[in-house]
Amino acid sequence: GFHLYNKLPSVVPESCLLIFVGLIMGGIIYGFNDRSPPVMDSDIFFLYLLPPIVLDAGYFMPSRPFFENMGTILLYAVVGTVWNVFGIGFSLYGICQVKAFRLQDVSLLHNLLFGSLIAAVDPVAVLAVFEEIHVNEKLHILVFGESLLNDAVTVVLYKLFRSFCEMPTINSLDVLAGVGKFFVVGLGGVLVGLTFGLTAAFTTRFTKDIRVIEPLFVFLYSYLSYLTAEMFHLSGIVAIIACAMGMKRYVEANISLKSHTTVKYFMKMWSSVSDTLIFIFLGVSTIGENHEWNWPYICFTVIFCLVWRALGVLVLTFFVNRFHVNSITGKDQFIIAYGGLRGAICFSLVFLLPDFHRKKLFIAATTVVILFTVFIQGMTIRPLVDLLAVKRKRESAPTVGEQIHIRFLDHLLAGIEDISGHWGQYYWKDKLEYFNSKYLQKMLLREYDQPKSSIVLLYEKLERKHAIELAEAGQLGHAPHHPALLNNRAVITDKRLEDTLNPDVLDNMQEILARNLYRTRRTGPAYNRHTLPGDSEPAEHAKEILILRHRGL
Amino acid sequence: ALQVVVPQELTSHHLSAPPTVTSEQIEHLHRRFKQLSRDQLTIRKENFDSIPDLEFNPIRGKIVHAFFDKRNLRQESEGLADEINFEDFLTIMSYFRPIEMNMDEEQLDRFRKEKLKFLFHMYDSDHDGKITLQEYRNVVEELLSGNPHLEKESARSIADGAMMEAASICVGQMGPDQVYEGITFEDFLKMWQGIDIETKMHVRFLTMETIAHCY
Repeated sequence: GFHLYNKLPSVVPESCLLIFVGLIMGGIIYGFNDRSPPVMDSDIFFLYLLPPIVLDAGYFMPSRPFFENMGTILLYAVVGTVWNVFGIGFSLYGICQVKAFRLQDVSLLHNLLFGSLIAAVDPVAVLAVFEEIHVNEKLHILVFGESLLNDAVTVVLYKLFRSFCEMPTINSLDVLAGVGKFFVVGLGGVLVGLTFGLTAAFTTRFTKDIRVIEPLFVFLYSYLSYLTAEMFHLSGIVAIIACAMGMKRYVEANISLKSHTTVKYFMKMWSSVSDTLIFIFLGVSTIGENHEWNWPYICFTVIFCLVWRALGVLVLTFFVNRFHVNSITGKDQFIIAYGGLRGAICFSLVFLLPDFHRKKLFIAATTVVILFTVFIQGMTIRPLVDLLAVKRKRESAPTVGEQIHIRFLDHLLAGIEDISGHWGQYYWKDKLEYFNSKYLQKMLLREYDQPKSSIVLLYEKLERKHAIELAEAGQLGHAPHHPALLNNRAVITDKRLEDTLNPDVLDNMQEILARNLYRTRRTGPAYNRHTLPGDSEPAEHAKEILILRHRGL
Repeated sequence: ALQVVVPQELTSHHLSAPPTVTSEQIEHLHRRFKQLSRDQLTIRKENFDSIPDLEFNPIRGKIVHAFFDKRNLRQESEGLADEINFEDFLTIMSYFRPIEMNMDEEQLDRFRKEKLKFLFHMYDSDHDGKITLQEYRNVVEELLSGNPHLEKESARSIADGAMMEAASICVGQMGPDQVYEGITFEDFLKMWQGIDIETKMHVRFLTMETIAHCY
C-alpha cells in the first residue's frame, strides 16, 4: 500500500511508517494482553536480521567512490565516533551532577557506556532514508560508509566500558589495551572477511557443472564470515563488508548470468524483509513497561546527540578540507551531520546491557533518540535537501566512452606518479591492479586466460541488454529498410579508406551500416567493414554478428 | 647542486593561476630530474626507460610522448622536441597541479580547459586538432593491451561504439548522408562534462625521498 500511494514516500520515509505500524501493533497487543509485548531479542537481531542488510549494502556498494573517499570515511567513522562517545558521555555525566534531576547515582562509567551505544550512526536507518533522497554519490558514500565502518569502534567501546563497569579498578594499562583492541577488532574483521571472500571466489571457480548451488555459496560464505568474526569478538559488520567487496569481482565473473540474477534478487529480498521486520519490532518494543521516563535526561540526551555530532562533523571536515582538494561544502556538512541517524543497533545494544537499576532509563532515552532521529530527522531531511539545493545524483546511465576516459586518466596519473617518483593514490591502485591480474585472477577466475577489463564488461553488458531489447521487440526479424533504423545512424568513415575503396563497395558499406545499426546510440556494431560485399539475409546476419561478438569478447 | 632558477613563465600569469608549484616541490622534482637525466641538463625519450614501474603502464608510449609534445610545452611550433630541459619538465608537471581554494569561476574554467587540452593532445596523435576514429581505436587498443588474450577486433568494436556515442553527444541526430569527421576540442569538452577533471587530474607532490632504484 505504501508504494502504491505515490505521494506518501515523498513525505514520509518508509522506515517511519514501519515504526508507526509497529507502534500500533504494539499498542494493540498491549491493550489485549495488558502486559508488555514481546521485545525484540537481541540475538535474533544480531544473528538473523542484521547480516542480510549489511551484506546487501556491501555487495552493491560502488567500490570506486568508496575507496577514493576511504580516508575521509575512516576519519569520520573512527575519530568521529570516539569524539561523539566521549562528548555525549561526559556531558551527560555533567547533567547527572545537577541535584535537581535526581540522577546522581548514574556514574561516569554508566554514562560513557550509554554514550558508546547511542553515538554510533546506524547503517540500516541511514540506508532507509538516504535511498529515497538521492543526494550526490560522494555525500551518500560518506555517510553510508561511515555508518558501516563505525561498527568496529562501537563494538570495542561498548565492550570496553561494559567490562570496565564490572572491574573494581581501572588503570591506564586497561585503557591502552582498549585502544589496541580497536585495531585488532577492525583489522581482524577485515582479514576474516577477505579470507572468506577469496575462498568464496575460489570455490565458484569450480562450480561450472553445478550452477544451481552457486548463489548458495555467496550467501553461505558471507554469513560464515559474519559468524566467525562475531565468534572471535571481532567486528562482524566490517567482516561481511570486506567479504562482499572482496569476492564480488571474481564471483561475478565466475558464476552464470542466472545465478547472478538470483543472487541479486535474493539479497534484495532478504534485506527488505529484515529491514521491515526491524522497524516493526522497534515500534512494537516501544510500547510497554520497559521505560523509566526521566524527561530531563532524555531531552538532554537528544540535544547532546545533535550538538556533538554537528561539532564533530565541523571539526573533522575542517581537517579533511585542508588535505583534500575536493572539499566538502557547508551544505554537505550539514547533511552529514543531520543524516546521523540512530537505529536498531543502539536499540539492541541497550537491551543487552546487564541489569542494573538505571537500565530502564537508558532504554527510554534510546527509544526517544531513535524515534526522534528516524521520524523528525528522517522526514525533514528531504525537504531540507531540496531547500538547500544539495547536489543531487546524476541520473545518467554509464557510457562506454566515459569508462574509457576514466581508465585513461587512471593510467595517466599512475604514469605521472611513477615519473615524478611519488607514491600516491594511483601508484598503489596500479600496484594492486597488477597484483590482481598477475596472481589473484589466475587463481580465482575460472577462465583465467580471459581476464576482462571493466570497459569490456560494460560494453558487453550494454550489448547484451540491447540485444535482448531488440529480440523482444522483434527487430531482428524485420526487413532491412526500416525507416527507424535509417534515421539514427551516424556514418563514420575513415579518411584513408575512402581513397582506396571504389564507390560501389563504399555504398555497400553504408547500406550495411544502415541495416545493422541499432536504435540506441550506445552500441556500435563490430564487423569487418572492409570485406562484406554481398551478404546473406540481413537479420540472420545481425544475429550472427551478435553471437560472434559475444563469443569473441 | 644546480641553481634552480624558476622560469618566468611559471611565476607570471602565463599559467592560469598564481604559482602553486612551491619551491619545495620544485626541489623535489629537480632531484628527480637529475636522477632521470643522469646529471645531464636535458632528458630524452630513452631516459624514461629507466623507470621500472612505467613499463607496465599500457599507455606508456603516449605519456612519454606527451612530455615531448611541443604543444604541451607551450612552444609555438608543432611536432616533437628531441630533448627537454628542467623548465620543460616543470611545465608538463604543472598541468597536474591541484586546484586552489581561492580560484574564481573564470580561473577554474581556464584551469579545467588546460587540463583537458593536455588530454586532448594525448589522444590526438597526429596533431591535426581532431580525434579521428583511427586515433580513438589506437587509444582503446593501448588501454586494453594489458590483456593479451583480448582480440583486436573487440578493442576496435569498443572504440567504434564509443565513437558513435561521442558522435551522438556532440552532434545529436545526424542525417543519413552526414559524415562525422572526428572529435574536435569543443566536442571533447562536452564529453568530459560529467567528470570533474579539475579535482581528479592532479598528483599530490609531497616531499619524499626519491625512490633510489632507478638504474
